[in-house]
Amino acid sequence: MSLPRPKPERFRLRRTMMFMNAQKPGLIKDAYIYGADSIMLDLEDAVAENQKDSARFSLYHALKEIDYGDTEVIVRINGLDTPHWKEDIRVCVAGGCDGIRIAKTESAQDVKTVDEAVTEAEKEFGVEVGRTLLMAALESPKGVLNAYEICQASPRLFGVALSGGDYRKCMQVKVIPGGIEMLFARGLMLNAARAAGIQCFDTVFTNLNDDEGFRAEVKQNVEMGFDGKSLINPKQIPIVHEMLAPTQKEIAEAEKIVRAYREHASEGVGVFTLDNGKMIDIAFVPGAERVIKLAKASGIYEGDL
Amino acid sequence: MKNAVGREIPAEALAIELKNGRKYEPYQGKGYRDGKYIKKAGPTTKIYENPQESKILPSIRDAVIACGIKDGMTVSFHHHFRNGDYIVNMVMKEIVALGIKDITIAASSLGDAHDPIAEYIEQGIVTGIQTSGIRGKMGDVVSHGKLKTPAILRSHGGRVRAIEEGDVHIDVAFIGAPTSDEYGNARALGGKGDCGVLSYAVVDSEYADKVVVITDTLVPYPNFPPSIHGVNVDYVVKVDEIGNPKKIASAAARMTQNPRDLMMAENTAKVIAACPWFKEGFSFQTGAGGPSLAVNRFLEPLMDAKGIKMSWAIGGITAAICELQRKGKVGKIIDVQDFDTGAIEDIRTNPNHYEMTASEYANPANKGAFVNKLDFVVLAALEVDIDFNVNVITGSDGVLRGAPGGHPDTAEGAKCCVIVTPLTRGRMATICEHVVTVTTPGDCVDVVVTDYGTAVNPNRPDIIKALDDAGIKHVPIKELQEKAYSLVGTPDDLQWKDKVVAILEARDGTILDVVKEIKPYEDK
Amino acid sequence: MELKAVGTAGTLESSDVMITLEPKDSGGIDLTLESSVINQYGRQIKAQVLASLERLGVKNAKVIVNDHGALDCTIKARVECAFYRGCQCDMDGKFDWGGVIR
Repeated sequence: MSLPRPKPERFRLRRTMMFMNAQKPGLIKDAYIYGADSIMLDLEDAVAENQKDSARFSLYHALKEIDYGDTEVIVRINGLDTPHWKEDIRVCVAGGCDGIRIAKTESAQDVKTVDEAVTEAEKEFGVEVGRTLLMAALESPKGVLNAYEICQASPRLFGVALSGGDYRKCMQVKVIPGGIEMLFARGLMLNAARAAGIQCFDTVFTNLNDDEGFRAEVKQNVEMGFDGKSLINPKQIPIVHEMLAPTQKEIAEAEKIVRAYREHASEGVGVFTLDNGKMIDIAFVPGAERVIKLAKASGIYEGDL
Repeated sequence: MKNAVGREIPAEALAIELKNGRKYEPYQGKGYRDGKYIKKAGPTTKIYENPQESKILPSIRDAVIACGIKDGMTVSFHHHFRNGDYIVNMVMKEIVALGIKDITIAASSLGDAHDPIAEYIEQGIVTGIQTSGIRGKMGDVVSHGKLKTPAILRSHGGRVRAIEEGDVHIDVAFIGAPTSDEYGNARALGGKGDCGVLSYAVVDSEYADKVVVITDTLVPYPNFPPSIHGVNVDYVVKVDEIGNPKKIASAAARMTQNPRDLMMAENTAKVIAACPWFKEGFSFQTGAGGPSLAVNRFLEPLMDAKGIKMSWAIGGITAAICELQRKGKVGKIIDVQDFDTGAIEDIRTNPNHYEMTASEYANPANKGAFVNKLDFVVLAALEVDIDFNVNVITGSDGVLRGAPGGHPDTAEGAKCCVIVTPLTRGRMATICEHVVTVTTPGDCVDVVVTDYGTAVNPNRPDIIKALDDAGIKHVPIKELQEKAYSLVGTPDDLQWKDKVVAILEARDGTILDVVKEIKPYEDK
Repeated sequence: MELKAVGTAGTLESSDVMITLEPKDSGGIDLTLESSVINQYGRQIKAQVLASLERLGVKNAKVIVNDHGALDCTIKARVECAFYRGCQCDMDGKFDWGGVIR
């Protein structure tokens, strides 16, 4: 048996979250080899209604026995409108997953309901209360409109994600290259997430044969400010990682900021000037640190920070 | 006695009598027979001084009778018709019907199409098998000790050597051909079931005492340029069908979409590109399996990035390499077997796509085969062990179900031999402590690429340095094996009886390993 | 919890195992094993199935194991699922994670 996983980090790097059917032994046994930051073991849509029970047993033993290493393990549970979600939460907590993705979140109350059930399960299974993280998937116009209250609903919540399939159905639109049909939802959700200080993830891109379309969408995600993206196939992972990787120029700039900040911080100075004359204050530092972190994860950082 | 790959070779295997009186030795390491001399064993052939109009006989039965096939003889076949082959079964049916027994089949390979032979083995009519591949029912009955003498399994190059050296003597060769004229000039194109080339059958036509060409498409004399020359042919038989064209030439293998295969293929291409031989004019061979085939696709952009082209590609040819050549990225294709219709269509029309013989391809005992000039070969494996020994013949149940093919030949010849395989298949650990059977010795295997990482043979410091310089991560192979066992559990040892059912010859004719009769699983 | 009817879980896909449990009144565990890796893992598969059955308190049953190279974690999951299905219990009810299920 593998050791219990370390306590999950609420704001870790999550560029790629890959969906896997929790019921398929061939898939879940080593889903980490493709290098996704997070894998999403799915109890919801990927699992047929008459296999919901079976998927939980598979999930439990996978969580307990497979060494996923540094890869974050998140489980998508069934919606609050189904009879399955309560037991889904119990198995997630008992198995020790890092986080739970709440499907079809429509209000802050939905998050709170899950939060309470998770707390209860943590107490029941002797897990540190607060260990299990949450993320909320917005899948409807109502969920999107309530994004801000949802983003603030729980200290467990690390992020919010858009689920395009259901949302488009509700909006009576289809997938449009360029994403005009999703512009409002993406924009509102990003704004809400940033206002609440949590992460924000874009929906899946389902046409696996359209590499160009996928790249275009990822490019837009990056430009809009998403932290990462949900994926359905491992071949999408390196593309997202490549496109999220900072440029050497960005890395050099970030390095300067971090170094200068560290020097000045010890002297108690909060505002300083870089060698190019640029005024920097403490507000720039988290962004610069994020660039260094991204560069390291992308395998392109050669410095010593 | 233990051989150079640590395998115990029992005395009964070493005592097997070869036709030329040569004594078997245990494998001594690669290059052991380099520089030694052999005397080639010529056939006894008949003089046809008086002109004859035609060599055509009405039936296979007539040919069997005309060749004077008797008890105890050796007959040979080729495997260019792959799983579509009808020739072996048609010929053996007539031999058996004539009450002839104690027959040895010496084929370039045998496959699932030849299940009926299993019955002749069980009946004691077929008492010897010499082949590269053995699968299906035949693999089963041989593994369960039903064949009277141990099967002898050779690589494609090793087979040519064994025939030329006289380890095996072919009394009658039956050569299926897509087209032939009445004098036995035979080609692999222009018929109903084209197979592209007849490379493996050439040595049979030159070293068998009697040669019969069997075709379903007679064409006017002279059928030129021929793969099999009429001057070596005694008789020609026309039958309705030589095989099932759909299975002789399958549609081009679709490029795998399996993300695991693609990832391994991409990593393999990166390993190749990091080696010093990846330069203008390099040479290359890859197999037709999922990840091996996909290497073509990932190699192309790396060639473009470096601005280099491949001078030649050899081996079993697929549409993928022909495609690359059409883009101007490969000089010549030299072909020993065609895996799909794309490759066959290409050799029909492309002046830079040539047929070669199996000897030119891989024979270790001629004066320098193509494999000796090969830079890179990418191969698959059923198992690889911590000494880099490869098994491509026995399954995890110990039953014969594969073929060394050109694996040991290309592995020894090439400057860099890359094995690409997933770490585990189902519950089977592909990277293991000891392979069930050694079919390619570890001293010929250089790099192993898996979905969990890459390992380089420590006897190749040059490749290790090349990968380090390119920043390509690699780990000791022991680490991969331990990872595999941590995933699937440590396998129990297979249980064997004492009887040797197959000899694995190294390409130089020494014994690399033996396969014993498998003991069925007992519920304890 | 007791086996009331035939319970089946799993598939015949590669890396999976299909487990069928049939209640019996007496005679202990009657196990039939078929596996694509029986020579190397037959002993371990059998031990794994029996250990899970013991934890679940199954004393008498006809057990059919049709394995296509499943790992231990999958074998356990399929045995447990087949058992609870055979018990005809509420499949969304509270299960004993970490107790008899482990």
